[in-house]
Amino acid sequence: MSIHGKAYLVGAYEHPTREAKDKSLAQLHAEVAKGALDDAGLTHRDVDGFFCASDAPGLGPMSMIDYLGLRVRHLDSTDIGGASYLAHVHHAAQAIALGKCNVALVTLAGKPRSSGWSGTQARTFGDEAPDAAFEYAYGMGTANVYAMSAKRHMYEFGTTSEQLAWIKVAASHHAQHNPHAMLRDVVTVEQVVNSKLVADPLHKLDCCVVSDGGGAVILARPEIARELKRPRVKLIGAGESLKGLDGGDIDVTHTGAVWSGPRAFEEAGVKPSDIQYASIYDSFTITVLLQLEDLGFCKKGEGGKFVADGGLISGVGKLPFNTDGGGLCNNHPRNRGGMTKIIEAVRQLRGEAHPAVQVPNCQLALAQGLGGFLAGRHGSATLIMERE
Amino acid sequence: MTTIAQDRELHPPAITPETQPFFDATARGALMLKFCDACQRFHHYPRALCPHCFSERTRWVETKGTGSIYTFSVLRAGTPTPFALAYVQLDEGPRMMTNLVDCDLDALDIGQPVRVVFKPATNGAMIPMFTPTQGKAP
Repeated sequence: MSIHGKAYLVGAYEHPTREAKDKSLAQLHAEVAKGALDDAGLTHRDVDGFFCASDAPGLGPMSMIDYLGLRVRHLDSTDIGGASYLAHVHHAAQAIALGKCNVALVTLAGKPRSSGWSGTQARTFGDEAPDAAFEYAYGMGTANVYAMSAKRHMYEFGTTSEQLAWIKVAASHHAQHNPHAMLRDVVTVEQVVNSKLVADPLHKLDCCVVSDGGGAVILARPEIARELKRPRVKLIGAGESLKGLDGGDIDVTHTGAVWSGPRAFEEAGVKPSDIQYASIYDSFTITVLLQLEDLGFCKKGEGGKFVADGGLISGVGKLPFNTDGGGLCNNHPRNRGGMTKIIEAVRQLRGEAHPAVQVPNCQLALAQGLGGFLAGRHGSATLIMERE
Repeated sequence: MTTIAQDRELHPPAITPETQPFFDATARGALMLKFCDACQRFHHYPRALCPHCFSERTRWVETKGTGSIYTFSVLRAGTPTPFALAYVQLDEGPRMMTNLVDCDLDALDIGQPVRVVFKPATNGAMIPMFTPTQGKAP
């Protein structure tokens, strides 16, 4: 059984806030849920499936379904970091295909910016984690663990800091048109490589922004989608994977997209060269480069050449990516960029991206998420969507 | 540029019955790996059941304590003192997360040979880390 064509993305909403000191975390979840329902033309009484990850406060779905006043018959709180929301879309489509729910709501929200979070802080996940005694002492944060992949990719394939910088340059070209983006100034390769070194070889401008906010999407069965007044976006393929340290056999130049990507392409019945727009998780510039290679947009090791000279700039390059400015310039709510990746892909397929970055007649789009730690354990989820 | 690595405060390891022998060994200056008699492979971090073949026939083996740098990154911002997070490939095979210490952080390179040293965490447990045994690899 396949999810190809079994569910439609009928609602999508990105919270405009980037600093939400005046709102509770639960309130942000409610506001994005309402925004996505309004976008779809549905009410919260229509929702019978709910999906959230560990960014939801309290006891996850137990707290949130009660707080939101939902009456659901299907729920799921899978967590694979920032890729969780793409996995939720996949799982929602499975549930809809099986008749377990008709309208599924997925929410994300967080306030890392108002709480002073930084990607250089060491991360821990409780002493019961099986890896705790073998990792926490080494000060694994976010920036340095992603940087280890960049370092090795440079060593194996000759990738340069200038090539990585092009990814930020492309994101900034897109962000200049987004009034909500945190960083709206167009930057140059020189500005990126001359910005402060954070975790060798990644510079400050190789890193994403830290922002409050959130987003939500709604999926519905085909009969419901056809009754709504919005352009129809159909999910045609999805894949997931989990990549770990493999008992000490870890390689750090591949991501889980090397497995989730082919699964999604096979289900969709399309190939990478068919994709007209791609949302690619961009916690750091290197995150984008590795996923582009692993999804098959270029050969392994040739990501640097692929992104250089504006390769990702809409209207200029081979593959328009993250036309909202992405996590690198626009928004990275709760340090989890998966949701905003789905939302911008929906905008592109509806023809509702900013006119300066809209891909003409966009029929086929991909959204790719990577959650957790690049040169560590991480989840990957890939979605392929089609305009009907 | 020269950035000499400084010792820093280390998060204490949560030791379990499954991992006690590893830290008993580090306390006497030895680095142990788990070896599986069923599939004849090492693994790290150490587990009761082999992650490669899921056999329970795993046993502790003392390593030579030598290897080479597989990859690393020197964190230079948002930290009281710069330090190098790394994966070291042990001569026995497995790659392990670690820090590179007692060295010039600006002279590190992938492929450099290293040997194990031990640094105390805040609870006194000894944490295996690595230091280069010679300059940059050719």
